[in-house]
Amino acid sequence: MTAMENPNRLIDRQGLARLFARWRGEGRRILAPRRLADAGPVDFAEVTSPDEVSFDHVQTVQSAKSAVFPRVEELFSFRRRDNSVELRERDLEALPLTVVFGLRPCDAAAFSALGAILNWDAPDRLFSARRQRLSLVTVACTRSDEHCFCTSLGGGPGSTAGSDLLLTDLGQGGFLVETLTAGGSGLLAGAGSLPPAGAAADKAARLARVDKKFDLQRIGPALAARFDDEAFWAGQSLRCLGCGACAYVCPTCACFDIQDEGGRRLRCWDSCGFALFTLHTSGHNPRPRQSQRWRQRLMHKFSYMDERQGTLGCVGCGRCSRACPVDMSLLEHLQAVAEAKP
Amino acid sequence: MSAPDILKPYLMRIEKVKEEAPDVRTLRLAFADAAQGEAFSFRTGQFGEYSVFGEGECTFCIASPPTRRGYIECTFRRAGRVTSALAALEEGETVGFRGPYGNVFPIDAWRGKNLLFIAGGIALPPMRSVIWNVLDLRGDYRDVTILYGARTVADLVYKDELAEWQRRPDVRLVTTVDPGGETPDWQGEVGFVPAVLDRLAPASQDTVAVVCGPPVMIKFTFPVLARLGFAPADVFTTLENRMKCGVGKCGRCNTGRYFVCKDGPVFTFEQLKGMPQEY
Repeated sequence: MTAMENPNRLIDRQGLARLFARWRGEGRRILAPRRLADAGPVDFAEVTSPDEVSFDHVQTVQSAKSAVFPRVEELFSFRRRDNSVELRERDLEALPLTVVFGLRPCDAAAFSALGAILNWDAPDRLFSARRQRLSLVTVACTRSDEHCFCTSLGGGPGSTAGSDLLLTDLGQGGFLVETLTAGGSGLLAGAGSLPPAGAAADKAARLARVDKKFDLQRIGPALAARFDDEAFWAGQSLRCLGCGACAYVCPTCACFDIQDEGGRRLRCWDSCGFALFTLHTSGHNPRPRQSQRWRQRLMHKFSYMDERQGTLGCVGCGRCSRACPVDMSLLEHLQAVAEAKP
Repeated sequence: MSAPDILKPYLMRIEKVKEEAPDVRTLRLAFADAAQGEAFSFRTGQFGEYSVFGEGECTFCIASPPTRRGYIECTFRRAGRVTSALAALEEGETVGFRGPYGNVFPIDAWRGKNLLFIAGGIALPPMRSVIWNVLDLRGDYRDVTILYGARTVADLVYKDELAEWQRRPDVRLVTTVDPGGETPDWQGEVGFVPAVLDRLAPASQDTVAVVCGPPVMIKFTFPVLARLGFAPADVFTTLENRMKCGVGKCGRCNTGRYFVCKDGPVFTFEQLKGMPQEY
């Protein structure tokens, strides 16, 4: 492709500021990575201008999944009247139009896995409505760390999967803009005419290196072969506290609980790592040991989802490993699974 | 544009409350909206999510047969937050119901066969739906045998219906209680269900067995059935994994590649042999 045919554009900080103002003017809220304190963690928060956005971090603490699958959300509310009950559904039109800006390519890719779970068999109304009102403006990774392994799962630091727009920081305040969907074109409508990206806009040269860490093809068969090897799973999970942090920061974990509170029925994040998750009223527990719950986590993401939903439940973002209070590294555990001689 | 809300319950009115055993009740529920009731149908073996608004939801089978139109029934033991609240409700009050969910007992394929039902304790309710379903279509099936056990005589549920089955010439009912659970005037067997089954030694030829009970009962009943010559594909059970959504999303009932709420709750022993024992 010659430079003249290159459909990609360039945008600078002022251009981004104009876009942010335009999006907000259209009634969209903008969620973006923001440094929470000096040298502190970076996480998604509502912002009004690109000046508030962190560009130099590797990864946010939380994924962007709460934009479509909030930690706690009301399914409907109810009111008792004498012997009857009145239900009030959520007003889908009142759900916010949202732009998630600055998420990483791994997080953008994770939305299809979330959809594969929540819309499997029958569509989930709230998730689908939120997803339809969501745009993803991804910023490619120019840095990575030892926990990143997107390339082992088919992703990459400049991968476009799932994004409406993909920005790559070219340095000196300039970004390469790739328009990937009709929604993405619409988002750029307010930017005025953006200059075309010339041959000097070398995306590949800017991208972080994420070397391939394991052979994904080996994981499924190796998990199946290892399923009944209790010593293997006990060894993998001996230090697991069952705290659920890995599930909460995971961009594809979608297990949930349903609870009533204060006149509302709520859906809340849950985790297969908790003993309570499967506990029967009788006291019987189908997965009484943490080793079985750890095995379930890996099996679900790398085997069951592949079989039932046709997608994997992992994008290699590395958050679970960064968040784990006892330094369990999913990457290392997967490498051990792939390398284990069954 | 927007799909119906699969997590939003129907409103149901409690038409009748029946005490079955200590802490065990049956509720008969009718649709508050008659049109919804007309449109509603289910098949035996399916389950639902029952809610007490303000307390939450819990999962039970539909304990009435689809041959009885106009209502559904559930039978539950008072144990946790939701079932305690459900047990405190009276006739005329409103509860929620989502369903029907899950697969069914393949009773059409069982036509012309002998049926052997084996239930323990509070697991008779899921079987009551299928028992009444086949008794309402009695001519389609050959011998019907029901073996039902509970810890004590007081813990036997559906006592009126047990008496009715006892009286019927076209049903063979055997009841048993665990050793020590009998009363002085107890007429039934004394012994654990697998042991009584062993003594009873029903013929396995042209016979389908349905087994519902606590995990320990199921564990010891399958080997007895195998000894009696039942093929694993002819032995059915219904799993009781904890659930929240009932529609294959919340992840709770995932057992191997299966979701008990979507692929079950009815499984054959043949299928269970290919699943991890996480049920």
